[in-house]
Amino acid sequence: MSQQSLNAPGGEEPEQTGPETTTGGQTFASAQGAGDILDEIDEVLESNAETFVRSFVQKGGE
Amino acid sequence: MSAGRGITTARAMGIETEFGVLHADLADRAATTAGSAIALSHLVVGAYALLDPAEGERGRRVRWDYGDESPLRDARGFEIQRAAAHPTQLTDETHDAHLPSVDLDQPLLGPETPPEGDDATVLAWATRRSIGNAVLRNGARWYVDHAHPEYSAPEVMRAREAVVVDRAGELIAQRAMAILEAAEGVPAVALYKNNTDGKGASYGTHENYLVDRDVPFEDLVAALLPFFASRPVLVGAGRVGLGTRGQEPGFQLSSRADFLEAEVGLETTLNRPLVNTRDEPHADARRFRRLHVIVGDANLLEESTFLKLGTTSLLLGALEVAHRRGEGLLGDLALVDPVAAARTLSHDPSLRATVPLRDGRALTAVQIQREVLAAIRPLADTDDEETARVLDSWAELLDLLEDDPMRAADRVEWVAKLHLLQRYRDRHGLGWDDPRLQAIDLQFSDLRPGHGLFGKLRASGAVPALVEAGEVEAAVTTPPASTRAHLRGRLIAAHGPAVPAAGWDTITLAGPTTGHRLRLADPTLGSAAWCAAHGVDPAAELDTLVEALGRAVDQDGPAPDTSRPAPGVQEDTP
Repeated sequence: MSQQSLNAPGGEEPEQTGPETTTGGQTFASAQGAGDILDEIDEVLESNAETFVRSFVQKGGE
Repeated sequence: MSAGRGITTARAMGIETEFGVLHADLADRAATTAGSAIALSHLVVGAYALLDPAEGERGRRVRWDYGDESPLRDARGFEIQRAAAHPTQLTDETHDAHLPSVDLDQPLLGPETPPEGDDATVLAWATRRSIGNAVLRNGARWYVDHAHPEYSAPEVMRAREAVVVDRAGELIAQRAMAILEAAEGVPAVALYKNNTDGKGASYGTHENYLVDRDVPFEDLVAALLPFFASRPVLVGAGRVGLGTRGQEPGFQLSSRADFLEAEVGLETTLNRPLVNTRDEPHADARRFRRLHVIVGDANLLEESTFLKLGTTSLLLGALEVAHRRGEGLLGDLALVDPVAAARTLSHDPSLRATVPLRDGRALTAVQIQREVLAAIRPLADTDDEETARVLDSWAELLDLLEDDPMRAADRVEWVAKLHLLQRYRDRHGLGWDDPRLQAIDLQFSDLRPGHGLFGKLRASGAVPALVEAGEVEAAVTTPPASTRAHLRGRLIAAHGPAVPAAGWDTITLAGPTTGHRLRLADPTLGSAAWCAAHGVDPAAELDTLVEALGRAVDQDGPAPDTSRPAPGVQEDTP
């Protein structure tokens, strides 16, 4: 197989070239990212959590 | 393997994912009947396989070939067989071992001819015919399994490749949802990459690894029990609720621990075992055993998938080496009660819980993982980039987790989820029994763009990517180069109408006047390197291609049984 370099944390700061991270200079700041997301959760969380949870019924698989 | 080089992560392996499936519309969910999960799953599978232009002609698909029931006996590991049937007969069901075995979706009277009409018309036709199986251009199997859409990713040889093809499955799920969303007259569907509804039902994310048949199964079991019981500390997806029905409030590391009831067994739906004994290698059964792993969680975080496959492959490699040397690997690392230990460790996000060992010790999950890592490291080829990366990340994360689990919030999936939940709890002052926390847990794995909370974490940069987005996008329609999935996927892309069916170890080619069935009893046969070395161009004219494949059989000759390499150290080189 081809050996491609791993773009993973732990080594040098990974270069993020994807379109999702174009806001100049903003790299991984986990605390900040997670902080911002709390507002988003309030926005996107299915409006009635209890009804949503009750409606999530699956059959067993495998 | 050249002597003295040590083990690497290289091994034939793959991931199967059953997605949770729901009506996107909450009102429709209320009217859900027993069959609707199956019906929705058929829509999902049909939408992508039959309607996405990326998969070729509208309404057409390559059927799944279930293959022969008996193990393949060809010692060469590769065979091309002239089918005795006229190609027009290839769509007829048959059980004659000498004929191509074809789709068992249902007995078919003739070729499938999709109707003219809009998406809903094609999907209604597909549902009537119970079309619930397709082989995709990336080499994956995409099908209805029980009441879930399932993506069996193409076989790969490396953990990083596994991440790419696993993520491609998420994009395929998203494309299916988008097609259904846009179609008139069919319900919109929401897919979830998780493993339980929190109400007693669980569905699986299974890993598969080929292992050297010579290693006694008892040796595998002995090592895998403590490894699997503690592995969620590193790669668990996290779950709100304790117990199969979430009857006790709380958070745990693994979504599967509460559903595991036995140490070893064949079952996957009842009395689920930590070590599953299903052993269809889809390869030469004399050389390979298939290890079918059912304990794992569906992972969204790329590093979790990477380490799940990477660490498990290395452990198997270490067991193969230890067996050849006649040595043990993990010494006295044996749990008194592995099933109970898996739950105890999963239920303790503080990571302080210990579980008893038979030798009297009591260890934490991190300590058990450290012992496994310490046993593997001296055997490993750390010049191999991926192997070194797995070992380093494994050690690094265990250090972080032991110090303070929250330090791993961007790299361990259960911690990422818990971190989010804790912050949300703090903001709103919620107890663990608040339904909003269960809702966050479920919505974490919602694959719909704009809905899924993990997707938002990823977009915000809170969890780093391990592979490039462009690679994942390409892997939707391009098979991995390192295995027979390459030949399977490339043949489907170049000759779709001439490929009536394909399976893990079989591909049927139907030429204008005759049919051929290829058997690929070693997952590295048919890789890009193999094709190049044997002058096989999957895009060539069919006649030329069949000739080249025939020459390749002669070139390969009988496999030298005595000098065969172990599967874990087999490199995909010509």
